[in-house]
Amino acid sequence: MTGSATTPAIAGTHSDTRGIWKRNQRALAPWVFLAPGIIMFALYVIYPIIASMWLSFYDWDGLGTRTWLGMQNYIELLDDDAFYTSLYNNIIWLVLYMLAVPAGLFIALFLNQTVMGIRIYKSLFFFPFVISQVVVGLIFAWFYAPNFGLFYNLIEWITGTGVAVLADDRYVTYGIIAAGLWPQIAYCMILYLTGLNNVAPDQVEAARLDGAKGFKMLWHVILPQLRPATFIAIVVTVIGALRSFDLVSIMTDGGPYGSSRVLSFYMYEQALSEYGFRMGYGAAIAVVLFAIMMIFISFFIWKMVRDERGM
Amino acid sequence: MFPRPIEHTAPATQVLYKLALPVALILWLLPLLGVAMTSLKPSSDLAQGNYFGLPSYLAFSNYADVFNNSPIGQYILNSFKVTIPTVIGAVAISCLSGFALAVYRFRMNLVLFFLFVAGNFVPFQILMVPVRDLTVSTGLYNTITGLALFHIAFQSGFCTLFMRNFIKGLPFELIESARVEGVSEFRIFWYIVLPLMRPAIAALSVLVFTFIWNDYFWATVLTTSAETQPVTAGLYSLNGQWIAQWQLVSAGSIIAAMPPVLMFFLMQKHFIAGLTLGATKG
Repeated sequence: MTGSATTPAIAGTHSDTRGIWKRNQRALAPWVFLAPGIIMFALYVIYPIIASMWLSFYDWDGLGTRTWLGMQNYIELLDDDAFYTSLYNNIIWLVLYMLAVPAGLFIALFLNQTVMGIRIYKSLFFFPFVISQVVVGLIFAWFYAPNFGLFYNLIEWITGTGVAVLADDRYVTYGIIAAGLWPQIAYCMILYLTGLNNVAPDQVEAARLDGAKGFKMLWHVILPQLRPATFIAIVVTVIGALRSFDLVSIMTDGGPYGSSRVLSFYMYEQALSEYGFRMGYGAAIAVVLFAIMMIFISFFIWKMVRDERGM
Repeated sequence: MFPRPIEHTAPATQVLYKLALPVALILWLLPLLGVAMTSLKPSSDLAQGNYFGLPSYLAFSNYADVFNNSPIGQYILNSFKVTIPTVIGAVAISCLSGFALAVYRFRMNLVLFFLFVAGNFVPFQILMVPVRDLTVSTGLYNTITGLALFHIAFQSGFCTLFMRNFIKGLPFELIESARVEGVSEFRIFWYIVLPLMRPAIAALSVLVFTFIWNDYFWATVLTTSAETQPVTAGLYSLNGQWIAQWQLVSAGSIIAAMPPVLMFFLMQKHFIAGLTLGATKG
């Protein structure tokens, strides 16, 4: 480091390319550092988003020529029952998935103690988040399995007749969401545990002296301090709900009779599965999902920009 | 501390709490425990309707069966071949871009930063068809390289967010004083900032390892054969072959879940530090 300390003075005396670099180093360096990231991100994320939007106006089987359809794909969507089923299921996912946030908070409060062995309890409670959704899906498929699944037998024991959750179009989506909630609650729990760790102890003590306790304390003193954790928990839960694909694919493949489809799965089915290679139509479904997500993403970004400016 | 420390409550409550802990844990992990137990049951147990009892003997042969009669060994190897280069690539790229966005003031800075953040949240399906086309046209379809390249690119969004916020938290005076001494920008990055980023690199590596190992969607979109498919996609096709042979499905699931689980328990501190970055400040 000491050797380079003298070079700027020398570089200033003659203007070769090295000199240009030296003089503009501060302005050029960020772009050099950013180049690999920008190139990769533009190629694999930005360009595909634009290309998908463009493709949604075409009819294309993935190999042959593309035929311009204009708004035709979107008009077809308006009349597509499977699309409405998927959209409706997405809304159910979104609403019920939000239960992960209070449930995660609840478990975090339960575990926020310092008794012996509590660290192991915390990590074991977090366990479901670490395993793949494929494995979670298989675990719950086994849990729900007719005749011998634990859940099936439990219901049979309580009500007299078992319910084959994954084969019944009334319950299937709820069954899959329950499987999805398992790792998601674990995720929210760990966010809140970290948040609780950083709650200012003097404020808690002061509130305690004022006679606050229990739910009142939680609502007026603790939760405001947990706001950053709550924000992240809501972001990851909303994104997780709208991204749900793995569990649907693993547990039911969209069935029975397409009743557990969500938009992400329906898109995949239209564009890439044995039901045909309707890339343009699939792209139109993806654009709708993207538009829904953009509502949330814009809100999150708006909030982050506001915080960033405030710093 | 909230809730009130359990040591300060009545002895009865303390006992109750210490009893509630293991009970709650068992209930919470019940599905997993069931699968772990099933994976050790001989198939005769299942045939005789012993679904919930203990195995009549520990049938480790299920695991041997899975390894011998299915390509799961190959799947696991493929998973490592996709995951490790992705971790290295995404972390390396994001060290650079995170540094650029944290240290320099230039007009596009915030725009680029939020582009990385937003890109990280988009639904995979909006990328699917073009990414698949791109991979096919570069001859990388159904290869480990093709899958890893996409993962590197996509993960660099989240990783840049992470690294940028981490570097922002470092003392900026270090960089200032190095500049006053005339140290070049690259040397500042390499000799001053990078050594301080070690905890972030560790946290991010563990996190990205888990994310990529557990990826299922892109594995099904970009790979098709047993020679290239990672274990998540492999498990899906094995599940189709092992209809109702739950002892095999269970053993396969446990095998597939092992590497990220070990990673988590070995690197727990880093893992949680990574996951919760940003959950405490804001």
